[in-house]
Amino acid sequence: MDFSSIDWNEMGGATIDTLQMMGFATLFTFIIGLPLGIILFVFSKSNSIVLQAIYRVLSLVVNIIRSVPFIILILALIPFTRMIMGVSTGVEGTIPPLVIAAAPFFARLVETSLREVDKGVIEASYAMGASTMQVIRKVLLPESLPGLIAGMTITVVTLVSYTAMSGMVGGGGLGDLAIRYGYYRYESEIMLISVVFMIILVQILQMVGDRLVIYFSRK
Amino acid sequence: MIQLKNIKKVYGKKKTQTTALSGLNLTVEKGEIFGVIGHSGAGKSTLIRCINLLERPTSGEVWVGGVELTRLGKKELQQHRGKIGMIFQHFNLLSSATVYDNIAFPLTIRGAGKAEIKSKVEELLSLVGLEEHRNKYPAQLSGGQKQRVGIARALASDPDVLLCDEATSALDPQTTDSILSLLLDINKKFNLTIMLITHEMHVIQSICDRVAVIHAGGIVEEGPVTEVFLKPKHFITKEFVNRDSFSGEHAVYRTGQKWKRLVHITYLGSKTYESTLSQVVRETGVDFAILQGAISTIKDTPYGKLIVALEGTEDAVQQTIQKLQEHDLDVEVME
Repeated sequence: MDFSSIDWNEMGGATIDTLQMMGFATLFTFIIGLPLGIILFVFSKSNSIVLQAIYRVLSLVVNIIRSVPFIILILALIPFTRMIMGVSTGVEGTIPPLVIAAAPFFARLVETSLREVDKGVIEASYAMGASTMQVIRKVLLPESLPGLIAGMTITVVTLVSYTAMSGMVGGGGLGDLAIRYGYYRYESEIMLISVVFMIILVQILQMVGDRLVIYFSRK
Repeated sequence: MIQLKNIKKVYGKKKTQTTALSGLNLTVEKGEIFGVIGHSGAGKSTLIRCINLLERPTSGEVWVGGVELTRLGKKELQQHRGKIGMIFQHFNLLSSATVYDNIAFPLTIRGAGKAEIKSKVEELLSLVGLEEHRNKYPAQLSGGQKQRVGIARALASDPDVLLCDEATSALDPQTTDSILSLLLDINKKFNLTIMLITHEMHVIQSICDRVAVIHAGGIVEEGPVTEVFLKPKHFITKEFVNRDSFSGEHAVYRTGQKWKRLVHITYLGSKTYESTLSQVVRETGVDFAILQGAISTIKDTPYGKLIVALEGTEDAVQQTIQKLQEHDLDVEVME
């Protein structure tokens, strides 16, 4: 192996690209996934037939998106991505498919952690005269915070591997680098370093996530 | 204060229907401690949850403080629920909030100001004796302390009524007693109406003024605790009261001129501590043996229950019974 020919500037750029994709994708996944998860949870518990029906439709959509392999999803979303971002490749072109794939995934994790909240506490809050919005803000979210952070950690780590996959279609970032140099041009050094960078990234994310979960756990 | 009119609660769809409450009527007066006792599955939990409409009754009216809750819209109901405090068997505290924040919770959802919250929470912390635990989380507290937080939280919105859903069932006997005496204090101090449900006669006996016995979704007996406890009529009530009832084979028999009769004597109030029995037998010349007895208190009222064998001539025994009754004791001749 010869590491001397590696262009570290390109490595650095790719790392920044990956971090950017991850950062924006995480932000939008959170913004879309959290409310979606809350809606899934609240509507599934509702007595109203209309809300129950909405729950079933949303649940179906979430399941469909989650069953499509990410690589197919990117390709299928190219027209959509072009429409909203103007491009379908590079960092900008990768963010929409990343968000669309990860938001339903995160929403399910949110729904699951909300289910873990003690039903008695929710009931007690209603008994004290809380509205549904107050129960969500002051009971469900704080009580499930460790679970939500754990879910977010899993989602972000999944996003790292998704960004790598998007390299297949010119998505940019470390994954792109690994595929272009390592796979197409047999420069396994670059592939190796890219992979090592991603491993380090995942390790850091997981560690920070775990720390936060412990910090916010009160049980 | 609380009035339930013909409350019915049916669960499930037509085919698999189960009736939890079958046309139940109940009135709880202002300032009293009202207990509902029943076995698990009798419907008592459903009953108490119908009062603040955590469970909506299938039919019937729920009145609390002169307002028909069953008629209210969502917003109004939320407002009125603030006036009904509730404590639970498993405390149901926010595990992510400190003792202080748990107690402040009803005030925050009402949108109270910081200063108001602080003064109210401080007052309640000292009332329930948890000042030095204010910054702890529920997981760091014992069961009794958690229930104290529950009580303080329930009182934070100055309720007219406090509902206790098996509030002491998860606690050990000593802690149960300390929580019960706290409830009694609160009842006296604020003239707060308390309704509790339990399966323990001990709870009813310790603090309740009136009691209702619930069985199969309906109330089978109701009245002042002293009355229901000392003269139970329905078999379910008897089960709760006479856990240790006497089962003598020979309630009455004679040997020659001697009669022997078993009687059940109930004392109530100050009579419990008087020497009525020995005075009477001295007059009539009858001998007696105490086969079983208990002297205790119901809330603040002392009472005694004795099973006594009276021995003597037929006349003398009859006379003894009569005299005891003249002394206002409740004498029941056992058959």
